[in-house]
Amino acid sequence: MNAPNLFQYCLHLADNVLILSQRNSEWCGHGPVLEQDIAITNISLDLLGQARNMYQYAAALYNKLSEEEKSAVEFLVPRPWKIFGRELTEDDLAFLRDERQYLNLLLVELPKGDWALTILRQFFFSAFQIIFYQQLQQREDAQLSAIAEKSLKEVAYHLRWSSEWVVRMGDGTDESNRRIRNALDELWSFTGEMFLPSTYELQVADEGFGVNVALLKETWLQKVSEVFAEARLKVPQQDETSGKSWVQSGGKEGSHTEYLGYILTDMQYLQRTFPDSVW
Amino acid sequence: MTSSSVEEQKIWQILQEVKDPEIPVLSIVDLGIVRSVHYLPSNSGEPGVSKRDGRGEVTITPTYSGCPAMDVIRMDIRLKLLEHGYKNITVQQSLSPAWTTDWITEEGKRKLKEFGIAPPNPKQQFCTSEMFKEEAVQCPFCNSYHTKQVSRFGSTACKAVYHCDNCKENFDYFKCH
Repeated sequence: MNAPNLFQYCLHLADNVLILSQRNSEWCGHGPVLEQDIAITNISLDLLGQARNMYQYAAALYNKLSEEEKSAVEFLVPRPWKIFGRELTEDDLAFLRDERQYLNLLLVELPKGDWALTILRQFFFSAFQIIFYQQLQQREDAQLSAIAEKSLKEVAYHLRWSSEWVVRMGDGTDESNRRIRNALDELWSFTGEMFLPSTYELQVADEGFGVNVALLKETWLQKVSEVFAEARLKVPQQDETSGKSWVQSGGKEGSHTEYLGYILTDMQYLQRTFPDSVW
Repeated sequence: MTSSSVEEQKIWQILQEVKDPEIPVLSIVDLGIVRSVHYLPSNSGEPGVSKRDGRGEVTITPTYSGCPAMDVIRMDIRLKLLEHGYKNITVQQSLSPAWTTDWITEEGKRKLKEFGIAPPNPKQQFCTSEMFKEEAVQCPFCNSYHTKQVSRFGSTACKAVYHCDNCKENFDYFKCH
């Protein structure tokens, strides 16, 4: 097993859920009705928990690397942490890495938009997570498999909740239908990145520890088509040659939209100002 | 019985006193999150050295990945055992097998209902991603099944909000998981 690759892989998985959690939590106190405000913040909490499990595992992996392996992932390790003189922890990874060290999908960092955009993004991501975790659960890394097993139960609820909202909005009023179609225009080109494997994802998948995301696309599309049919929404063109299926990517390698920096600024403020402070 | 298992039994008893901070009528044992207790008593028979000077490990499993009560529970376990003289206890977390509402004890379900929270249905019905399904949930106040879901997510991740059409009360339902 290539431990530095696995470390990078865990960061990618953790960053996805941390950033989406942070984004969704912006609804706290602003949800359309109280129950849905609570629902989206509960989902954020689940995602945060998944992120913590992944970061804890990543930190444990890093602390066990040889010096040579550590230098291979030097570019991913938070610089301020080095002066603390202690082992790497989950908090260092979340609160002290720079924008370019974050490896999340672009999809999850986009602004929360209106309710339709938040819902549709959650639906796309949950529909992806459920098949992803089902696969990861069967892979060879015991800890990743355990995290997947645990997370799956939560994701089932997220998927159900977000699909119902997609149907409610798509098959709702003219206004709700217009909004979810706008959200679809906005988000669609960002969904392709989920299925474009990075080098480290492919390597970890080859070794039997990770999932080859390219193979998940069809199942995902099937789920999206099912829910869209009920929601009276059209799945955008899949024709690869027409140019209509342009895919925004780069997040997995650390190239982000301008939005990520703002999230990190907000989220990391305290640890940046008072490094290594604890409650 | 070995002295190790005697101590382990005592620890299980003490863990009954550790309550879920969100649902204070339930102990963590009722909730089914304590997966194992291992204890290695101090083997020296010297005077002044108690059996409780040994080392122990309590393994718990989270109900939900992000459950904020877990950190509190971990600390409460150590404090409660410390009160009873167990100094060297570590609390481990294990994710697999994943916690399920089936692990809530019968006693736990009874206490939940008494507290006004509908316990999880004995047979899990819609723990899936299927849309627009509702399960029959019994009102913990008047026992009516004329209830409907208000929100799938309640005051904590583990609960949903229901309304009883019979007694008109809203109540929490400990949803299946």
